[in-house]
Amino acid sequence: MPKKQLPSRFYPVKHEMQTVEAPAEKISPQQRAETWEKIAQYFRANSLWMLNYCTGCCAIELPLVMTSRFDMERLGMMPMATPRQADILLVTGYASLKTLRRLIYTYEQMGTPKYVVAFGPCAVNGGIYHDAYAVLNRLDLYLPVDLYIAGCMPKPEAVMSGFMKLIELIESGKATGWKDYEQRYEWYKKNQLEAVGEVFIHDEFHE
Amino acid sequence: MIAYQSIGTALGMALFAWLMQTGLSGVDRKITARIQKRRGPVWYQNFRDVFKLLNKRSVTHGWIFDLGLLIALAGAIGTAMFMPMAGIIPLQGYDNFFMITYLAALGVFGRALSAGASGNPLAAIGVMRGLTQNIGYKLPYMVLVIVLINYYKTSSISGIAALQQVQGWSVLKMPLGVLVAFISLHGMLGKKPFDTYLAPSEVASGPMVEFGGKYLGLLNIAHEIAVFVEISLFVNLFLGGGATLAEFLLKYMAVYLLSSCLGAVMGRLRVEQVVRFYYKVPIGLTILQVLLFTLLYGGVS
Repeated sequence: MPKKQLPSRFYPVKHEMQTVEAPAEKISPQQRAETWEKIAQYFRANSLWMLNYCTGCCAIELPLVMTSRFDMERLGMMPMATPRQADILLVTGYASLKTLRRLIYTYEQMGTPKYVVAFGPCAVNGGIYHDAYAVLNRLDLYLPVDLYIAGCMPKPEAVMSGFMKLIELIESGKATGWKDYEQRYEWYKKNQLEAVGEVFIHDEFHE
Repeated sequence: MIAYQSIGTALGMALFAWLMQTGLSGVDRKITARIQKRRGPVWYQNFRDVFKLLNKRSVTHGWIFDLGLLIALAGAIGTAMFMPMAGIIPLQGYDNFFMITYLAALGVFGRALSAGASGNPLAAIGVMRGLTQNIGYKLPYMVLVIVLINYYKTSSISGIAALQQVQGWSVLKMPLGVLVAFISLHGMLGKKPFDTYLAPSEVASGPMVEFGGKYLGLLNIAHEIAVFVEISLFVNLFLGGGATLAEFLLKYMAVYLLSSCLGAVMGRLRVEQVVRFYYKVPIGLTILQVLLFTLLYGGVS
């Protein structure tokens, strides 16, 4: 029976030792941060917890997306109870003067990184409510929107494909609305104050 | 004097507990999804969730909020370090039932402290509901364990598990009692119908309402380890532990997945219904079981 040859690493090295210059491939702190960011983006993209801000009619499409027909949990997405726990803010429909204030509170309570997904044409230009006295026509003046889902209302297929697009954007690092909100905070604040205006009633709902 | 080596084993045990339980709770989500005719997430989804949470920025609500969370995490890890598992006893001679009960209470206390310090009224309601429910399920469980300790004449968990390997599992001696203990365990795990204190649509996930980002991630880790302790305690005390690690893990998974299957098909009770249920059915069955046990296996000495 032939003796089994061991892998070469078990044999003593015969040649003489010599010093070799280590290649100058030092990883800079910036590169390390980039690598870390890539890993973090993978986790962020594949575990999205959402907060439904059910302002308008588009919210009715979400139960379909959550339940067994379309099942968004297979993308790692789950509805969450509070803004502190959530990653995505879903603005399902128009924002009115009254809801904008809550929307801003909710958005600012969420921990970064956070993303905003707006449903339907109402968030783009007011949609069928564009001339209503209390509806704000453009959402992205007040909050940084990462993704719009078209359709009045968007069908569950559209919502699913929108969520998959959002995952793609986050994984490639293109969903940077929250950074934009931090950088241009004054601009957003100015728009928000202009829209909300002066508050005349001071109770627990309007402070 | 405890050797450093055994402390290392114990810490390894806690790490193993976290890894296994987090993986298993992913399987639980998958099974729940299949019961609801969905596909569900991948089995390692909970790892993704935890690492994402640890990568998020979050706000604190004062130093008691931070401290309470650390107490909860330390309590959970400390309890898991003492838990014997199929003949592997990390800290020999310290795996006493009462010690583990007190250490586990530290974790619950830390969580309650932290949630209370967040100042959110929903968190306070959640904590109150959790503690009310705690009184409900702890009473029958403790009575049963004290009967067992009296019968086996030892309060060491590994001792009770080893004696059961010789004399037969406790489940054969007290079937009603094990049923009660399982109902209590179901409540401890916070599965439906006993998840009154979590209730996302009612009290907005109760004690966790103000936790986000890294805080929620650490709380999640503490929770998974606490679940490991609760189920291991049940397996060790009532199902005879395990001669080998595989046997132990098989029993562990059977208990956990049975609990999650039951949770997937039930609705939520209200908190007063939960307490009324615990004070009627499990306590009644416990009294019956204690009487039967005393008649069949000798008196209480």
